[in-house]
Amino acid sequence: MSNQGKMDCGRRRLIVATAAVGGSGVLAALVPFVSTMLPSERAKAAGAPVEVDISKLETGQIMTVEWRGKPVWIVNRTQEMLDTLSSLDSAVSDPKSEKAEQPQYCEGVSRTIKGRNPAISVMIGVCTHLGCSPTTKFKNGAEEGMPADWKGGFLCPCHGSTFDLSGRVFKNKPAPTNLPIPPYRYLSDTRILIGEDTQGA
Amino acid sequence: MSTNLNYEKYKSDGSHLGDLLEWVDKRFPATMLWKSQVGEYYAPKNFNFWYFFGSLALLVLVIQIVTGIFLVMHYKPDGNLNANGIPGAFASVNYIMYDVPWGWLVRYMHSTGASAFFIVVYLHMFRGMLYGSYRKPRELVWIFGVLIFLCLMAEAFMGYLLPWGQMSLWGAQVIINLFSALPLIGDPLTIWIRGDFVISDATLNRFFSFHVIAVPLVLLGLIAAHLIALHEVGSNNPDGVEIGDKLDEKGIPLDGIPFHPYYTVKDIVGVVVFLAVFSIVVFFMPEGGGYFLEYNNFFQSDPLKTPPHIAPVWYFTPFYSMLRAMVWNFFWIDAKLWGVIAMGAGVVILAFLPWLDRSPAKSIRYRGPIFKTLLAVFVFAFLILGYLGTKAPGYKFFDTGFLDGDVIAQIFTVYYFLFFLTMPFWSKIDKCKPVPERVTWK
Amino acid sequence: MQTCTGKGDLEMKTMRNLKTLLAGLLLVPALALASGGPELDRAPNVSGDKAALQNGAKLFVNYCQGCHGLSAIRYNRLTDLGLSEKQIMENLVFSDGKIGDQMTTAMSAADAKKWFGAAPPDLSLVARARASEEGSGADWLYTYLRTFYRDESRATGWNNVAFDKVGMPHILAGLQGVQELVEMEGADSHAKPTFKLVQQGQYAPAEYDKQVGDLVGFLTWAAEPQAALRTQLGIAVLVFLGVLFVFAYLLKKDYWKDVH
Repeated sequence: MSNQGKMDCGRRRLIVATAAVGGSGVLAALVPFVSTMLPSERAKAAGAPVEVDISKLETGQIMTVEWRGKPVWIVNRTQEMLDTLSSLDSAVSDPKSEKAEQPQYCEGVSRTIKGRNPAISVMIGVCTHLGCSPTTKFKNGAEEGMPADWKGGFLCPCHGSTFDLSGRVFKNKPAPTNLPIPPYRYLSDTRILIGEDTQGA
Repeated sequence: MSTNLNYEKYKSDGSHLGDLLEWVDKRFPATMLWKSQVGEYYAPKNFNFWYFFGSLALLVLVIQIVTGIFLVMHYKPDGNLNANGIPGAFASVNYIMYDVPWGWLVRYMHSTGASAFFIVVYLHMFRGMLYGSYRKPRELVWIFGVLIFLCLMAEAFMGYLLPWGQMSLWGAQVIINLFSALPLIGDPLTIWIRGDFVISDATLNRFFSFHVIAVPLVLLGLIAAHLIALHEVGSNNPDGVEIGDKLDEKGIPLDGIPFHPYYTVKDIVGVVVFLAVFSIVVFFMPEGGGYFLEYNNFFQSDPLKTPPHIAPVWYFTPFYSMLRAMVWNFFWIDAKLWGVIAMGAGVVILAFLPWLDRSPAKSIRYRGPIFKTLLAVFVFAFLILGYLGTKAPGYKFFDTGFLDGDVIAQIFTVYYFLFFLTMPFWSKIDKCKPVPERVTWK
Repeated sequence: MQTCTGKGDLEMKTMRNLKTLLAGLLLVPALALASGGPELDRAPNVSGDKAALQNGAKLFVNYCQGCHGLSAIRYNRLTDLGLSEKQIMENLVFSDGKIGDQMTTAMSAADAKKWFGAAPPDLSLVARARASEEGSGADWLYTYLRTFYRDESRATGWNNVAFDKVGMPHILAGLQGVQELVEMEGADSHAKPTFKLVQQGQYAPAEYDKQVGDLVGFLTWAAEPQAALRTQLGIAVLVFLGVLFVFAYLLKKDYWKDVH
């Protein structure tokens, strides 16, 4: 080790060169090993866009489809449900969904694609607090164990965050943001492709 | 060589690194370990080509452990058929080969590493035989080495079941059934080993457990013991001269040089050359001509259909030939049990080498013509036994009617054992040349 | 250290003898061929021919995938053959398959077992599994797919020279036509069959051979899609190790110049 005191220049240069070449080889060899831990082709295939037929989804009903291993909700909201949304603007923490993860083409209190049926809401059913999947509480009032002024929405069973029927989180709840909306687009009036939008590949 | 030199603790030279080292040294014998095992471990200066294989075996061990860790992340020991009618384990190997990014490279490194391990270890063992490295005082180094070899065989055998191809299944079937030759306990023992009446998911899962946890742990322990024993007695060399007998005034062997930096820089050259050969196999011939990855193992396992010809992987074939060579019932023991005994004894007999060899000289350089001739025939016999083990019974050399492989295997099996058993006699009467006092160059 | 010259010479000689012996041993496998099966025809190498491989993929999907899966390959992997995902979806993916799906067969393994007694094997690795001392897996497949002949004694009405008593009927008979085995010349691995075409197929014999060559080329690709990348990478690795060797060797030489 250090007991060698002096070392001539040529040798020092050789050591540095060998160490540099060898070291870069070790680094390059690390790449494949580290890469094996990235998502495999199977994982990527499981993340492929999912086509959903919504023609049988009745008003006031919800359907859940799996996309990238996560539940995606498609809610066909009644006119009454839609009408209550604006009245909740002061009760939810981010009424215009400025903080939420959602594609730019989704807007308004309905959080749907402009020009498309505003009743059909598509969102990822995973609470933005710690990742539980909220349960549906669509009935008004205390019928489903909710407060009397409840206007319908979702309750996360883990830590009690509540969301309205557009997935907007109510004030003073642990969840920081509204439920995210995945990229999606309409293939026809009754067919939705989840996971891919028009801007995408 | 002894380690009773009293090493001082590191004294800081005032730099940050020095302070850190001093801090550590007061709590952990870092400097002492480094000096005693590497920096001031004096190795004979005349190591030749054969002395690369010890460090290369360590390198292959590291390759196998690292690639193994990454393979276990994706492999599933599942013997049941999936929806596509493919066993889960076989499908998960396909998953590694096709779907995991760079999985194919890691898998090829692991499969090539298995064969490389045996190539390197066989050459390492042969080095020991050339230069008498098993002789006093290195008997324990050698015995630990034989145990490592046994462990390695177990590790390779169990690992070979995991891809769950045809050769995996039927190779394991044959080898496990060897135990049924044992009297009384044979049949219950094989059922216990398999955990089933046939090789099944249960067998696959326990082999997986042994392959990735149990055997590697034992292997690491044995390798540590092998190296500790080696560093206690010091390395042998191509002259078979004890360098510890001739010391300078400081007590350093006259023919010794510090392992670091001399052998570290030399071994790096060996490592690079080895990696080049290893890469040629991994990148240009990962199947190793059907010897490293057997073609039949690309068929998924089918318990209803035995492949036309089952051969173990090449590294087992010399001993497999000995197994097959035993076709006579004699004494009260039948041929099947003799075969198993021959196979086991073929490995175990190596452990007795230190006491079978009575030659006054250790190294082949100073040993007589009897040893040289018998050793050359021994190597030839071992290689031919290995070659025949890859062939179906009834094999004829050169497509001729004579040169019957089965008979040749029997002759060479007998020779293999006679070589060891008669060693005490011929090694004593062989005409050795005088051994020099100091090591020589070439 | 000069005290014992001559001893080294002897050792050298022993080494040289050993080396000759080893070289001799390496020749043994080349001389000693195992028996079994007919002499295999050599499959054309189409590994670099994208059009041929695409044709092979089409043949596989049309003629093989009804019964055999190629489950290790996902459809999107076919982009390696120069196809776009759109082309793959339109021409090669039937039913409601997705681009990332595995190329499995529509027939379930359980049904297949019920109908045929044994499920038709998955063909992902067939081009590697069929390799032997007689030839590559591609050679075997190329021979196999061209040596079906009429045999009324078989339940399927077909037999095969490369795979005696095969359970699979000649699925490509429409392309090749129907042939009868006239005679086998020679035996074992030197056997050469002669056929007589008794019914024309869609293709002339030379064209049929080309089509089979494409299909076999596709299966060879599928057995190891990264084969081309593997060899390219191998060259880079060897060049790198060559450079490292120079430095490592110079370093070793530099240190060892003090050792006498």
